[in-house]
Amino acid sequence: MPPKSQMSEYSVLSLLREGLTGHTGWPRAWRDPAPKAEYDTVIIGGGGHGLATAYYLAKNHGITDVAVLEKGWLGGGNVGRNTTIVRSNYMIPGNTEFYEFSLKLWEGLSQDLNYNVMVSQRGQLNLVNGQAQLDAAARRGNVMRANGIDAELLTPAAVRRRVPFLDFSPAARFPIYGALYQPRAGTVRHDAVAWGFARGADRRGVDLIQNCEVTGFRIERGRVTGVETTRGTIGARRVGLAVAGSSGQVAALAGLRLPIESHVLQAFVTEPLKPLLDYVIGFGAAHFYISQSDKGGLVYGGDLDGYNSYAQRGNLPLIEEVASAAASLMPCVSRLRQVREWGGIMDMSMDGSPIIAATPVDGLYLNAGWCYGGFKATPASGWCFAHTIATGRPHELNARFALDRFRAGAHIDEKGAGPTPNAH
Amino acid sequence: MLILHCPFCGPRDHSEFLYGGDARRTRPAPDDADGARWHDYVFLRDNPRGTHVEHWQHIHGCRAWLTVTRDTVTHEILAVTAARPAAAAGDGR
Ligand SMILES: Cc1cc2nc3c(=O)[nH]c(=O)nc-3n(C[C@H](O)[C@H](O)[C@H](O)COP(=O)(O)OP(=O)(O)OC[C@H]3O[C@@H](n4cnc5c(N)ncnc54)[C@H](O)[C@@H]3O)c2cc1C
Ligand SMILES: [Zn+2]
Repeated sequence: MPPKSQMSEYSVLSLLREGLTGHTGWPRAWRDPAPKAEYDTVIIGGGGHGLATAYYLAKNHGITDVAVLEKGWLGGGNVGRNTTIVRSNYMIPGNTEFYEFSLKLWEGLSQDLNYNVMVSQRGQLNLVNGQAQLDAAARRGNVMRANGIDAELLTPAAVRRRVPFLDFSPAARFPIYGALYQPRAGTVRHDAVAWGFARGADRRGVDLIQNCEVTGFRIERGRVTGVETTRGTIGARRVGLAVAGSSGQVAALAGLRLPIESHVLQAFVTEPLKPLLDYVIGFGAAHFYISQSDKGGLVYGGDLDGYNSYAQRGNLPLIEEVASAAASLMPCVSRLRQVREWGGIMDMSMDGSPIIAATPVDGLYLNAGWCYGGFKATPASGWCFAHTIATGRPHELNARFALDRFRAGAHIDEKGAGPTPNAH
Repeated sequence: MLILHCPFCGPRDHSEFLYGGDARRTRPAPDDADGARWHDYVFLRDNPRGTHVEHWQHIHGCRAWLTVTRDTVTHEILAVTAARPAAAAGDGR
């Protein structure tokens, strides 16, 4: 490990110094160590959740004999593929407190990591397109406020002041009845989140091992003792699994069958524009959401393609559906060119809520079931998963995210869709 | 677009169909009182990477339920048959 001093602290001063010397003096942001034969704790998956877990294991629990094993490169999975929205407008006990805790962590994360993750609390408008939806939005807002979370129910006029270019005409296909507004919601630069947690974990002594796929588990008398990888066997006293869309596949290597299906979710971006959209918008009539990136492109997405998939690419009917939702919400986008689209593999759980829990294999812990909403959860997920691994018991914030909750009938079904993963 | 060859209607776009998920789960008998078997049936999935046998319903066509064998990585459709054996035999229409 290089000396700490070589891992420079980012600051206005260092930026000035490097600006004046041609940016030639920056040291690499994290090391590239060879795997050791054994670690106290191994985390599988170098996405947002795995990296955050390693960071909080070191920071909150002083556990630094840790390796993060990533089959590809850090941040190549969903953490670098999502539409970057963070919010805490959840209504079911378990979710409400957890996502609000996550939003609070986001608010201090750049300072904590000494890495600018570009938290932009631009506010999210969840549009309401009917009377019943308005009642539901009022109820959700009340639950949020009763839990100390910011929420405002906006009138159509108040929505129009903020986003005048939506279709407010009498002939609108989906008339706007108002919006549930969360001012503290917004976006966070997703790649920076992976890199910031990676650097933070590395600086505390965690080994980040890339191009290292886990291909099997060593389990002796019901207890995990290590993992088989493409870079050899690595011993471990405790193993945390955080592989998002690959959860079912990797858990099966340890003999587990999960309440999870893998589905593809697409996202889209238009050519860049001057500043147009100052908020994140969620569209209640269709499943559709949109925001404007700092580069100017409109970033948007909608539903899953809807069938089990491990292909990180989507299909045309969904592209058409999402584009038509965009055009009916914001007619002005119809002449824009869509320049890119991509897909990520979602670990869709049976109730739409995540699992952060121990498993039937001693020493093996599971972090999965994030569906398409796990980016906003990244810091809280890492915090709670680290706590669960370090102490062997869940944190109070993830106690309800147990693996056996389906057996116990304790589902956390925010949408009330039942065990149909493609409908959450 | 995935093209599903419906045995009754011929090749059709997958947007005419409703996805019904894993077809290889076996439903316990209606009077089975074992909670663990119901839990496994309702909530657990093999979720394979590769060949997946799944149900689709031709909702914008003949409305028949079909059993489709599809690769979850390449999305290639390997086989489509009627889900009800009687329908497959041709006397179920
Ligand atoms: C298009 C899209 C839009 C989204 N929009 C939002 C949004 O706006 N807001 C929000 O909150 N969430 C959103 N999400 C969801 C969010 O991105 C995910 O829930 C979250 O990123 C998952 O956690 P992760 O970052 O750890 O996953 P990943 O980044 O996918 O990390 C998992 C890692 O595990 C690795 N891995 C897999 N198998 C192995 C193995 N055998 N050995 C070693 N490593 C392995 C993978 O290579 C991968 O890097 C979106 C997702 C997508 C795809
Ligand atoms: Zn048909």
